[in-house]
Amino acid sequence: MRYIDEYRREADAQKFVQAIHQRVTRPWAMMEICGGQTHTLIKFGLDQLLPPSLTLIHGPGCPVCVTPLELIDKALLIARRPEVLFTSFGDMLRVPGSTTDLLSIKAQGGDVRMVYSPLDAVKLAQKHPDRQVVFFAVGFETTAPTTAMALWQAQHLGLTNFSVLCSHVLVPPAMEALLSAPETTIQGFLAAGHVCAVMGYHEYEPVAETYRVPIVVTGFEPLDLLQGIAMTVEALEAGRWGVENQYRRAVCREGNLPAQQTMQQVFEVCDRQWRGIGLIPRSGYRLRAAFAHFDAEWRFDLGGVTAQESPICIAGDILRGAKKPHQCRAFGTRCTPEHPLGAPMVSSEGACAAYHNYGR
Amino acid sequence: MCLGIPGKVTHIEHDPLGMMMGKVSFGGIAREVCLAYVPDVQVGEYVIVHAGFALNKVDEQEAMEVFDLLRQMGEMSETGELCGT
Ligand code: SF4
Repeated sequence: MRYIDEYRREADAQKFVQAIHQRVTRPWAMMEICGGQTHTLIKFGLDQLLPPSLTLIHGPGCPVCVTPLELIDKALLIARRPEVLFTSFGDMLRVPGSTTDLLSIKAQGGDVRMVYSPLDAVKLAQKHPDRQVVFFAVGFETTAPTTAMALWQAQHLGLTNFSVLCSHVLVPPAMEALLSAPETTIQGFLAAGHVCAVMGYHEYEPVAETYRVPIVVTGFEPLDLLQGIAMTVEALEAGRWGVENQYRRAVCREGNLPAQQTMQQVFEVCDRQWRGIGLIPRSGYRLRAAFAHFDAEWRFDLGGVTAQESPICIAGDILRGAKKPHQCRAFGTRCTPEHPLGAPMVSSEGACAAYHNYGR
Repeated sequence: MCLGIPGKVTHIEHDPLGMMMGKVSFGGIAREVCLAYVPDVQVGEYVIVHAGFALNKVDEQEAMEVFDLLRQMGEMSETGELCGT
């Protein structure tokens, strides 16, 4: 496939690998934010081609993984209601809540459906006017514009049977939270290319400046990642900080303005809890007052949800990059993709699933 | 969820709300995609698609640059002067 195959050629990858080996003179640690990038790194074995002195810290960029347990429990409460048709992206359906997961509710007769796009949920609401259709909106700045458009559509169609359980989170505040943690070892970042395709990368400039780190906007194919790593290494070795853009074919500094405008109409920035990390100020979106009647937390009575985290799962350490999956004592034994104890084992973007599926 | 993939726009239309929709082909598999966020896209261009939305166009010229760079690196390595990026 065009724009995929040519970025996976081994001979080309080797050139970047060689360049990285020749440039590295001392240990460096960089974080790839996005779980999709973690997957490419592990799937193609890129991590094993790099100099051992280079540490890749896997970041919190797995939407399913950072969605608070409390919100998953709320989703479960809503999905159980007889009048509700509950929709979400596939990964979300398998994430364990405190007691059960969405797929189990479906097996018990609940109307839970996977959708490919939030617009599919709007279509379901049009088709089933007698049902309350709820979309569980998770994800970063890549899925936020898709939820925003679904809400805009619902508004224009005058739908009264559509609502959204909103859990959208934003990357730059999380990067700042990680960088300002006293135990941080992060010296540079590979920023998530598709988040930047939407938001641009000007928001990262003050972060790079304040913490004096290089931030390289990076794509998702093996060649992209190796070039992004090479650029980060080059900046670190040269003592440079600032934002650079590896993923120029899809990202410009300003990002996608029509998408940003729609998001601004629908959402406002709010504080958000990140599972495993805690509260990060101004790190997410909630619905603006003009759209508040589409908020599922407002529409349904959800009082009394108290979440219970698994005592074994160390997802918090994994998401902060403090530990690697195989350092969890449940990894591969009590916790597998078939029977996940925590979200990083469920999601295709979770670090635990990546390590498990590719035999690390 | 963040795994946006590039596909080729093969058809553009407007839905009853006036929203720009279209068909995008991923190696021969066609999908319906919302094109509202790439209003200047033309049939034949590539877009990055994510959760049923085109988030941006793929810039053909920029896409070629990495291969120019690799070619240069290749030439330099033949003369033993590979020096990173
Ligand atoms: S292996 Fe399972 S239990 Fe351990 S941190 Fe990962 S998700 Fe949690």
